[in-house]
Amino acid sequence: MNEKSSGLLYITDEISPRLRLMADTFKEVARRPSALAGGVFLVIIILTSIFFPFFYSVDPLDVNLLQRFIPPAWQEAGSLTYPLGTDNLGRDILARILYGSRVSLVVGFAAVLVAEIVGIILGLISGYYGGKIDNVIMRIADIFNAYPFMLLTISVMAVLGPSTFNLILVLGISDWVTYARTIRGSVLSLKNKEFVEASRAIGTSHPVIIFRHILPNVISPLLILGTLRVGSIIIWESGLSFLGMGVPPPMPTWGRMLAEGRVYITEAWWLVCLPGFAILLTILSVNLLGDGLRDAFDPRLKNI
Amino acid sequence: MLMLPGDASDQEIEELREQLGFNDPLHEQYWRFAYNAVQGDLGNSLYFNAPVMKIVLERLPASLELAIAAMLVALAIGIPLGIISAVRHGSMLDMGSMLVALFGLSMPHFWLGIMLMLFFSVFLGWLPTSGRGTLAHLIMPALSLGLPLMAMFARLTRSVMLEVLNLDYIRTARAKGLKEIIVISKHALKNTLIPLVTVAGMQFSAILGGTVIIETVFAWPGLGRLVVQAIFRRDYPLVQGIVFVLALIFVGMNLIVDILYVYLDPQISYTEDK
Repeated sequence: MNEKSSGLLYITDEISPRLRLMADTFKEVARRPSALAGGVFLVIIILTSIFFPFFYSVDPLDVNLLQRFIPPAWQEAGSLTYPLGTDNLGRDILARILYGSRVSLVVGFAAVLVAEIVGIILGLISGYYGGKIDNVIMRIADIFNAYPFMLLTISVMAVLGPSTFNLILVLGISDWVTYARTIRGSVLSLKNKEFVEASRAIGTSHPVIIFRHILPNVISPLLILGTLRVGSIIIWESGLSFLGMGVPPPMPTWGRMLAEGRVYITEAWWLVCLPGFAILLTILSVNLLGDGLRDAFDPRLKNI
Repeated sequence: MLMLPGDASDQEIEELREQLGFNDPLHEQYWRFAYNAVQGDLGNSLYFNAPVMKIVLERLPASLELAIAAMLVALAIGIPLGIISAVRHGSMLDMGSMLVALFGLSMPHFWLGIMLMLFFSVFLGWLPTSGRGTLAHLIMPALSLGLPLMAMFARLTRSVMLEVLNLDYIRTARAKGLKEIIVISKHALKNTLIPLVTVAGMQFSAILGGTVIIETVFAWPGLGRLVVQAIFRRDYPLVQGIVFVLALIFVGMNLIVDILYVYLDPQISYTEDK
């Protein structure tokens, strides 16, 4: 803000501030080995989930009852045809885990995006206009908070019926409160600052003030908060899937693989171990990156 | 679920709709629910054909038992771990316990449950896989619900404690020549507890929500497993009743937390003119 107010410095600066911010972000993250590891791993996971059909084009739905319960290749009874073994219907586990990664990543990131958008809009309105609107929005937030997240999602999913779109919508809408509260707080502390008053004085309309002048100043903690939430959302997605309320069959999901494998826990340990490792690795890398971003940019969020 | 034979006549269907009150306007149905609910009547379960309140009260103790056990596990391991990490800041012990906490946060609790089951029941044969009754039945469900929360408490305790340990009054206490153990357990811990109580109160509802999956994994006869079954049986009055009761418990927990503040922090007061 200081740079913006002293116009000279702003103009002579050759690199655009946005680009510099991105470069700074990258530098800060790269300085922390654990965050860097998390980030690199997450990129690898995302790239794998997009491009794996070029390297491993096995149909995850291909049933082969003669090849049931083959253990992973490193076991004695395993074979290289099925690197991670097969399940109770002889389906290839590696292929199912790879397809499952798409579901978890898409639902995880999309739900956080929905939550961010709803939370940001409601938080901005609530903080900027104050008064009655603020009161209504914050009381709705209280109602959402008075309701265990898991119960809310499963009861709504039960009514709406399982589909990917519903899942993203339900997870996203259940999770907007934290974002709205955070952004409302920052807006409250900003809205009486000189630069907001100045633009109001020259007759700028409210929506322009909110989105052009206030939003860019309050959005960075929200992005960090979002990264921190992706992990929990993926856990809930796999949990709903485990209960049979997630993305509908036949699409393989990590949660459903665990639910199906649980029945054969005494015969085939790999059915319950491997999809869980996939979840663990994905969330571990998201969390490492999120922790690093938070420590670097917004230590105030430490307790969330 | 079919509530009438497949060849029921339109008139029979209409009679059932009337009897269940589906023909009334929505706000009237809602008013009737609220009116009865405050008198302890949550309607009848379609599947069990019994009052929802009775079924819920039968199953509630099992869920509470599990939730409280999980909370105890989380607090009893998480807080000491956090304190040790803060006091020995930067040591191997600190890094080790924070690594454990990170894994705890990154692991879906139901997978943890399945892994415990695989290890302790299938490989070692020490603990029963499912059901409720003895203490042995409680161990695995409580651990799998409690460990992710333990991770959260450990991280929170550590970060709050680190902040508190830098404050002036701690330096004063040390300068007075008090033993380190007294400085930490008497002076620092008290101020660390306030945010912990808030989070513990809020997380109690997360635990109740978590019982939905964990009870299904371990066939624990509580409300969580019942609500999943009720959803699949389309027993909506029962779903509604369970959700209602759990939300009540949650609101009650928040109230208790608010009252606890006053005891923990004399600076907080709910009377205006103080």
